[in-house]
Amino acid sequence: MASENLTASSYIQHHLQNLTYGQHPDGTWGIAHGAEEAAAMGFWAIHLDTMLFSIGLGILFLWLFRKAAKKVSVDTPSGLQNFVELMVEFVDQSVKETFHGKNKVIAPLALTIFVWVFLMNTMDLVPVDFLPHLASLLGVPYFRVVPTTDLNATLGMSISVFILIIYYSIKVKGVSGFVGELTLQPFGKWMIPFNLLLEGVGLLAKPVSLALRLFGNLYAGELIFILIAILPWGIQWALSVPWAIFHILVIVLQAFIFMMLTIVYLSMAHEDH
Amino acid sequence: MNINLTLIGQAISFAIFVWFCMKFVWPPVIAALEERSKKIADGLEAANRASRDLELAQEKATQTLRESKEQAAEIIEQANKRANQIIDEAKEQAITDGQRLRDAAQSEIEQDVVRAKEALRSQVSSLALIGAEKILGASVDQKAHSEIVEQLAKEL
Repeated sequence: MASENLTASSYIQHHLQNLTYGQHPDGTWGIAHGAEEAAAMGFWAIHLDTMLFSIGLGILFLWLFRKAAKKVSVDTPSGLQNFVELMVEFVDQSVKETFHGKNKVIAPLALTIFVWVFLMNTMDLVPVDFLPHLASLLGVPYFRVVPTTDLNATLGMSISVFILIIYYSIKVKGVSGFVGELTLQPFGKWMIPFNLLLEGVGLLAKPVSLALRLFGNLYAGELIFILIAILPWGIQWALSVPWAIFHILVIVLQAFIFMMLTIVYLSMAHEDH
Repeated sequence: MNINLTLIGQAISFAIFVWFCMKFVWPPVIAALEERSKKIADGLEAANRASRDLELAQEKATQTLRESKEQAAEIIEQANKRANQIIDEAKEQAITDGQRLRDAAQSEIEQDVVRAKEALRSQVSSLALIGAEKILGASVDQKAHSEIVEQLAKEL
């Protein structure tokens, strides 16, 4: 909180503002102060807080898992290895149930998505004022700690998945097969424009729905935490604790859904009609 | 909510994370899991094989036992038969030996008898000669004759 006489709406707005670095309309580079300035920076700006937390959590994930993988033992698994094996086995199971082809990318991709998204979602359970307040003490004006409440983060992942969908569609079915899939069904070759519209929307809906589902769930969750934080401090726990407990479910579930849908989409891309 | 460069940054970091996971995290862990499941499967199979082997060995052991019992019985039977045979042979031998000994003794006795008879005969003839000498040398005396004859008879 920057100052004492904050209104509720400015408090909320402040909490929903990313730390944006970019070029101001007047040509200077710097951090945007407020939503209007950030919007004026256009596309060539970057959310430092989102990048910091997503990359930091990604590195945390890989560091932990790499640590376990390096001294993996067949006979005497240690504590960390048990956990890592549990995750790997769970993801492997999910992939094998859904995807029947041969692909070395999908299982590690699914593991990365699941754990990374889960870690990013988990940042939602850190009290909403805790890290931003620490940051403001260090002179950072805006600080959003949950990367998955930033549409850029979820879209970044879902577009990567989308690129993989198109890549594998073309690789498995060939360009003609992929184009044929988009244009020659469901109504045969006399309805090509209509088919293209239908299938194109279906194809594009995949990354958009993937990104918006995760973003929406976490954004809503964060917003409710922020709203609870406006209440008098004495009664906050009565609402924030149940919500946090319920939110644990959302956090895991959304990470799982993102992973499962990625697997499903990629296995659809591998299927030849 | 602005869509900006963060999106591309996220996509790039996502790609790098996935690549790292695919290269350095996934393979060793999944290899360990597979190796462990293989080990367990091997262990179970080995246990199965061992129990099957045990069963076979037990069967073989009982069969061997039965065979050796049979063999032992056979050997004992043969030994008995052989013993009886030996006893019979010994008996027969003893009988023939006895017979032979008796025959030998008999023939010796007979020979002795013949020899004795012969000796007697030679003595009788010499006695007769002596008697005749005496008869011819002395006077004919009935009394003396009879004494000589009696003496002669005694000497026979």
